[in-house]
Amino acid sequence: MINWPNFVSQLFNGLALGALLALISSGLTIIYGTLGVLNLAHGAMFMIGGYAGYLTYSYTESFVLAVIAGSLFVMLLGIAMERIIIRHFYHRPHEDQLLVTFGLGICFVEIVRLAFGSQSQIVPPPAMLQGITSLGFLLYPTYRLAVVGIVAVALGGLFLVLYRTRLGMIVRAGIEDSVMVDSLGINVYRVFMIVFGIGAMAAGFAGIVNAPVVSLTPGIGDDILVQTFVVVVIGGVGSFPGAILGGLIAGEIISITSMFNPGYAYVMLFVAMTLVLVLRPHGLLGTQGRE
Amino acid sequence: MSTKDLRPGSALNVSRRTLLQAGAGLIGGSVLPASMSSSAWAEDHAAIGTYPAGSSGASVFIGISVPRTGTYAVQGEDELKGYQLAIEHINSGHELIKKISPKTSKGVLGKELKYGVADSAAKPNEAVQAQQRFITENKAVMITGGTSSAVAVALNKLAQREKVIFVCGISGSNDTTGKDCVRYGFRQNFFGQTAAAAIAPVMIKEFGKNKKAAYLTPDYTYGHTVTKSMQDFLAQAGWTTVTNQVSPLGAPDYSSYLLNVANSGADVLINVNWGHDAVLSTQQAKQFGVLDKMKLVVPYQVPFIARETGGLMQGVYAATDYWWTIEDKYPLAKMFNEAFEKKYGYKPEWGAENAYVSFAHWARMVEAAGSFYPPDVIKAYEKGETVPSLVGDVHYRAEDHQAVRPVIIVRGKQQKDMKNKEDYYDVVEIVPGEGLMQKPDAFGCHPGDYT
Repeated sequence: MINWPNFVSQLFNGLALGALLALISSGLTIIYGTLGVLNLAHGAMFMIGGYAGYLTYSYTESFVLAVIAGSLFVMLLGIAMERIIIRHFYHRPHEDQLLVTFGLGICFVEIVRLAFGSQSQIVPPPAMLQGITSLGFLLYPTYRLAVVGIVAVALGGLFLVLYRTRLGMIVRAGIEDSVMVDSLGINVYRVFMIVFGIGAMAAGFAGIVNAPVVSLTPGIGDDILVQTFVVVVIGGVGSFPGAILGGLIAGEIISITSMFNPGYAYVMLFVAMTLVLVLRPHGLLGTQGRE
Repeated sequence: MSTKDLRPGSALNVSRRTLLQAGAGLIGGSVLPASMSSSAWAEDHAAIGTYPAGSSGASVFIGISVPRTGTYAVQGEDELKGYQLAIEHINSGHELIKKISPKTSKGVLGKELKYGVADSAAKPNEAVQAQQRFITENKAVMITGGTSSAVAVALNKLAQREKVIFVCGISGSNDTTGKDCVRYGFRQNFFGQTAAAAIAPVMIKEFGKNKKAAYLTPDYTYGHTVTKSMQDFLAQAGWTTVTNQVSPLGAPDYSSYLLNVANSGADVLINVNWGHDAVLSTQQAKQFGVLDKMKLVVPYQVPFIARETGGLMQGVYAATDYWWTIEDKYPLAKMFNEAFEKKYGYKPEWGAENAYVSFAHWARMVEAAGSFYPPDVIKAYEKGETVPSLVGDVHYRAEDHQAVRPVIIVRGKQQKDMKNKEDYYDVVEIVPGEGLMQKPDAFGCHPGDYT
């Protein structure tokens, strides 16, 4: 027997969970789609965004500054990472790319652990977004409601960059065929650097926006990375709309399954991914031939 | 170049190195005087496990595996500090160790303790691999680890197979000294059944009979057995379970579980989660207004939860192994708190206490046995004699190797009542261990052989 008020609550919660997953996954998917590098340090960058914001918050007590600092710091980190390390790996086997990003991820996590310890750190939401809001059918934390809006705006911004600017056109062309873009005389490596920066910034932004919802620990990115991969696989590798669709599907699966049997909430996520891989190996909105 | 390509010379390097090591071993073995061979040290005992090889030198080795990363990292670090302090005290013959193990002078049977630390990340396979290495390469005479009952159960099995004594770290599952008990494993700290037996009467007195409870349960042996024990004890007072939200270890978000709890109509939320999972789920329970609707109880209190949740434990009942303010009643606790705080700069929590005491007890048992021969050490524990601890006198049961020890019931203090920044709890009751224990065979313990 379905408890309808609870069902509607979970449906809404799935949307909120999914929005955040969509934002993190979009960063991962555009990097992979353009550069062909699967960035296993993406979870660590999500975490660093949170900590950079936390540090800013502890000095300024301004949440807005924390969000700006967290996002910018991770963007710069992403650019530095691409310039110093990743670009040397474009022509090396995928295994090497996986290993180097995996290794960087571990280094980032351990550096943060060394600096801040393992105990969790709290970033409170802005005063006006604290408390609980009644939506009629459910009581929902005000800040989580705001996160849905913030993420929607951020995704909208990413959409504009990707679909309404010359840079976005080059990025999308690069996702389809980077060799062709290169032969058209476009400096594809400069584009790669910018894309890596934007992708990292999406993770960093999500990290600090999500910080008041969870509490920060150095390992926070590890858990989210797995889910992000699932989202990218479901949505289709390299597809920005796919990341959004995949994120929302993942959020709903976790929420709705938990109503019937909470122990299977995360299991069902992997069942869904397996089904997609069997029925549409390139993901729901992916295209064959993309790498 | 594909990664399948053989790196030039790599195979040769490995085999050359192995050859060198093997050669050195052979040469070293052949030039040792006969008196140094193991049989001379075996007294009248046959070799077993790492005995006598592990205790034939001037020092003995202990293998420590604690989670230093992952959900239980904070607790693992606290535990490690307790182990390190105990080793330091044992090696120097500290006054506190002598109170617990009077025969200790310096080291154990005059041998210095050395140790290695591995990060288990609270994962059984990682803990087992690390300990197997400590046993094989370092000839560890004792291994320890836990801070996840899944790890404790796995190390129980390793200890029994390798015939090396396992002194359990934090582990709350009934199975550790229940159906998965072993002859070679010992547990000092409290567990699901004793936690439930101690806190249920307090809850019934505080909240009344015939209440509806919601549970947050981590999905492994610890969570399942603690929740089961709580349900059993509370059912006697007519309490029912309206929902049991089972979640994976390290779940990144609890919102969907908490919505189910919020819509369940429960009177009391019993949070069995542990480590960062407990911190996060409690914080999110507050965000979702769950803590305004129902009372929170933490039956297996997480060290550091009060520090990390920023006031959410105020007024909350919890059961624990140790809380530092019992030092007013127990002089050894006071000595321990002072030594620990001097070295590490904060009041010890129960991970550190359990680590310290269980090592001190092991040292005592080895001294009593007069040998590192594992069956003799096991029999020293199994005598069941009363031994001092930081929470008064305790003893180990011969049947399941579980320490019979009190459970401390605490309630979170309001901020205005806190006398210092670490004064998070009032000690409500110190419940004696004897009346809390199940019958030794109630959870199916068959410990196995000595040899």
